[in-house]
Amino acid sequence: MEACEENRIFIEVKDLTYIYNRGKPGEHRALSGVNLTVNEGEFLAVVGPNGSGKSTLARHFNALLKPAGGSVVVGGMDTICPENVWEIRRQVGMVFQNPDSQIVSSLVEEDTAFGAENLGLPSEVVQQRVEEALNLTGLSQYSKHAPHMLSGGQKQRLAIAGVLVMQPSCLVLDEPSSMLDPAGRAELMETLARLNRTMNTTVILVTHIMEEAARADRVAVMSGGRIAFTGTPAEVFSEVSLLESLGLKLPAAAEIASGLRRRGCSLPEGILTIDDLVSYLTRQPY
Amino acid sequence: MLSGITMGQYIPGNSLLHRLDPRTKMFGVLAAAACILTASNWQGFALAALLTVTALMLSELPFRILLGSLKSLWILLAFTFLIQVFFTPGTVMAGLGPLKLTQEGIAAGSDLFLRLAMLILTAFLPTLTTPPIKLTAGLESMISPFKRLGVPAHELALMMTLALRFIPTLMQEAGVVVNAQRSRGAGFASGSPAKWARSLLPLFVPLFTGALRRADDMAVAMEARCYRGGAARTRMRELKFNRTDFLVLVVTLVVLGAAVALKNM
Repeated sequence: MEACEENRIFIEVKDLTYIYNRGKPGEHRALSGVNLTVNEGEFLAVVGPNGSGKSTLARHFNALLKPAGGSVVVGGMDTICPENVWEIRRQVGMVFQNPDSQIVSSLVEEDTAFGAENLGLPSEVVQQRVEEALNLTGLSQYSKHAPHMLSGGQKQRLAIAGVLVMQPSCLVLDEPSSMLDPAGRAELMETLARLNRTMNTTVILVTHIMEEAARADRVAVMSGGRIAFTGTPAEVFSEVSLLESLGLKLPAAAEIASGLRRRGCSLPEGILTIDDLVSYLTRQPY
Repeated sequence: MLSGITMGQYIPGNSLLHRLDPRTKMFGVLAAAACILTASNWQGFALAALLTVTALMLSELPFRILLGSLKSLWILLAFTFLIQVFFTPGTVMAGLGPLKLTQEGIAAGSDLFLRLAMLILTAFLPTLTTPPIKLTAGLESMISPFKRLGVPAHELALMMTLALRFIPTLMQEAGVVVNAQRSRGAGFASGSPAKWARSLLPLFVPLFTGALRRADDMAVAMEARCYRGGAARTRMRELKFNRTDFLVLVVTLVVLGAAVALKNM
């Protein structure tokens, strides 16, 4: 739109192919020819049915998996080069599905420190970064707690804090809310939105929850190891038949809005979240 | 059913012992053990007892908790005492079949009982007064000089950290598995020992497969957080010897010297 506001590319995926168990029984092509760019400071949601390759793609962003074909370039560094791996992992923090299997220490602040300690930073810097990370995730008052005493939402925020100490420019989250209750989900989304807004952190959220995808800047829909469609949430969720053919649902609010439209109510396009819907339906009449 | 493992668990506090560097405490325990085991006359014994009592007082721990550490090993204590009392040859005071109560037996039994009790009491002090994280860091620092001999100091410490981290999680998981199996009609706490052991199988199989899967996920998560072994790692809280530590170390060394002197008296 605006020519002066240049989007700087942070991650560039070109023609990416990945094959599990290559040359062995059980060979499985998880990605075939994925093209995707992620801009700096963007909030991107990746959605798709189970087995569409979302998680496999996510693990390419920080070099946990190396391309079998094509390339992934992160911040100008190719993930295929071994000498780039650790800088890429510092810049691209990853949060996994199960909060319990990514917490390494029996003390919240010690666990948060783990990544910074791995970078070999002096202990004063580590302490300072731990404090910042716990503040940003709202866990300061739990710094001396044992992680197993935290709620699911707090554990996932701890996982985020553990990544933030490395001062990454990008967060990749692989279905982080699938083991959380609704309150934990809300906490997590709020934290991500804040980091994205205030720290200009690039966020890549892999999810199967459409309400979460609706809050992103851009949504990439995956199917059968390919990107089927990318666009703003409004664009993606107007492709009802495409989503249905992939077995994906609209966010509840969008579904209600389209139902109301069918019954003759004149609702504007682009209602995606409960907030949108509520604020439209309760607007001041003129 | 699995929540009884509290033996030697950290009791928060702010006593002199709590504030000491974990390495000082571990060195102190080794020195105390040397005093207790090598005492060969009553003077040596008195010194060992004095050392033990002083250490216990300095910990400011409630008597109940100290007694608890002895209680957890009472079978060992009672067994060694009785064996000594009844199977030491010497002047017979009373007899019951093959069992002969001898004067020498009572002396040897009491001697061993006291030594063991003192050893146990002092050995539990570091774990009672140090948070596990600090203890692990202390251990790593103490065994790191042996790295050159191929002792994987960092890896051992990391293993301890992860074990400490996962004990509560695995306990919670065990609770879930027990309930799941119970809801399908499994019984856990009844029958003969063999039956009981067999009934635990459906508990341990899912627990182990779960733990292995978790270990796999954990390895990936650690790599994602830039973990690449202990070489370039730093620590958020470096261990530091302060003046109290030096003082305690000096006193410990003096006591050790005294113990050696008393032995050669």
